[in-house]
Amino acid sequence: MSLIAKRPPLPLAEIETNVWTLPFWQAAARHQFVASRCSDCGTFRMPPTPFCPTCQSQEIDWVKLPGTGSVYSYTIVSRAIFPGMEESLPYVPAIITLDGADGVRLISNVVESAIDAITIDARVSVIWQDLPDGQSLPQFQIISDR
Amino acid sequence: MNDRTMRRSAAIAGLGYTPYYKRGQSLPQTLDELVGKSILAAVEDAGLSIRDVDGFAYFAGGFDTPMLMEMLGIPEVRFTASLTGTGGGSAGAVGLAAAAVHAGLAKTIVCVGGNQQGAQRFGAITSSYPLTPENAFFGTSGLVGPGHMFALLARRHMHLYGTTRDHFADVAMTIRNHALANPDAIMRTPLTRDAYFAAPLLADPHCLFDFCLETDCAVAVVVTSSERARDLRQRPVNILASAQGGSRDWGRSIYWMNMPDETFASSGHASVARDLYAAAGIGPSDVDTLQVYDHFSSQVIMQIEDYGFCAKGEGGPFVSSGAIGLGGNLPTNTDGGQLSAGYAWGMTHVREAVEQLRGTAVNQVPDAAVALVTGGPSVIPVSGLLLERAP
Repeated sequence: MSLIAKRPPLPLAEIETNVWTLPFWQAAARHQFVASRCSDCGTFRMPPTPFCPTCQSQEIDWVKLPGTGSVYSYTIVSRAIFPGMEESLPYVPAIITLDGADGVRLISNVVESAIDAITIDARVSVIWQDLPDGQSLPQFQIISDR
Repeated sequence: MNDRTMRRSAAIAGLGYTPYYKRGQSLPQTLDELVGKSILAAVEDAGLSIRDVDGFAYFAGGFDTPMLMEMLGIPEVRFTASLTGTGGGSAGAVGLAAAAVHAGLAKTIVCVGGNQQGAQRFGAITSSYPLTPENAFFGTSGLVGPGHMFALLARRHMHLYGTTRDHFADVAMTIRNHALANPDAIMRTPLTRDAYFAAPLLADPHCLFDFCLETDCAVAVVVTSSERARDLRQRPVNILASAQGGSRDWGRSIYWMNMPDETFASSGHASVARDLYAAAGIGPSDVDTLQVYDHFSSQVIMQIEDYGFCAKGEGGPFVSSGAIGLGGNLPTNTDGGQLSAGYAWGMTHVREAVEQLRGTAVNQVPDAAVALVTGGPSVIPVSGLLLERAP
């Protein structure tokens, strides 16, 4: 029986924001998955930053994404590095190529999925982890064939 | 190159180091004390006085120059500067010193690196970072240390090029083999393939033996003009060239993870390697020994590719061919590296390159004339250094 990928240690799940990143986390709190796109040249960028690296514009559109994607790479963490991690093992930090965002990737996790089912290019769909402070974290679950 | 090149303008004239201690075992010495001991030893090795030191060139933010002056009795400095970033600058800091000597800003510059991981283990270093809007985009995923992050690059390399854990094992076993003859190395028992594969996967596909050691130590070198170095105590090691920086495609690398596919599964050194060879006027086939930043075995493979010792994607078969062993074409980390000898954010590689080019290394490469040293694949800047035996 395959192990199930758990959620990463909760003490790490604290989110600092600034004026450029806040819209992403505000949408996340509503369980809406969005990414920043330059209003002038259409280049996606994540994490959101004050300038478009292509045309240096500061105008941003927040585009609603389907919340699906594919696994670009991943690692399986099964050893504790600091005390308190043990209950979270194993967990799977993963880089997700986001559908609908021209190949932009998000550093996230594959969770609540069989470890054996996690492969590069595996299809995933967002699920939200609601945090005690009202924030939500996007995480991803393998889309089952069945 | 133009006539402003600093090629062979400066040299490493002195080398000093502390013992390599397993993490925590350097106590009750302080980090300042370890750093001070390595500096005093380097100055002595060169046949100079500590009062001759008039500059410091660092990486990773460096050390507290006025404290070192107060502590060691250095009367005056006229250059004190650091590369930005982290361990990526370890090779480039020597280049920074060479540039300052070449420009006439100072005459006797110390480069020093050291660490004492008692309080903060580098393996969990990102959990010590203050919360910022930027790290909210990686810290929440449980990527606690570089070992987790570089595992993501390693798996992508495996996916793209068919690299295997056996290739990683060959890196770890070869470099361990080099440590066996080194009395200063921490790991001095052979590493078998069985032991490698029996080790816990700390961050799959990286197992325990793919990670560098946790060491307390300091290593320092003295950089001065090549002309002056000729009259000092040791055979000089000329600084042929140094390059630092990197491309935007690499950028924040492991904290960003949006590198284009061809750059993602790399060490981020490609542009630095190009500039380094151009500045030196030589190519990879002229390198007699490689001292490569081996924080992770997989990154040895990717640096070997980025520095042109084999084609992109062929680093795995290259390291398994025997090329990086003592009898191979590219004897690599001949002291046992950071994987098996000791870890000083890259400065142990500078030490080993100097000893190879002086002809005093524990695993001496016959007639070694040119050594390549690399700084840690990490965020920009990454760096490289080409050293040459003085005629």
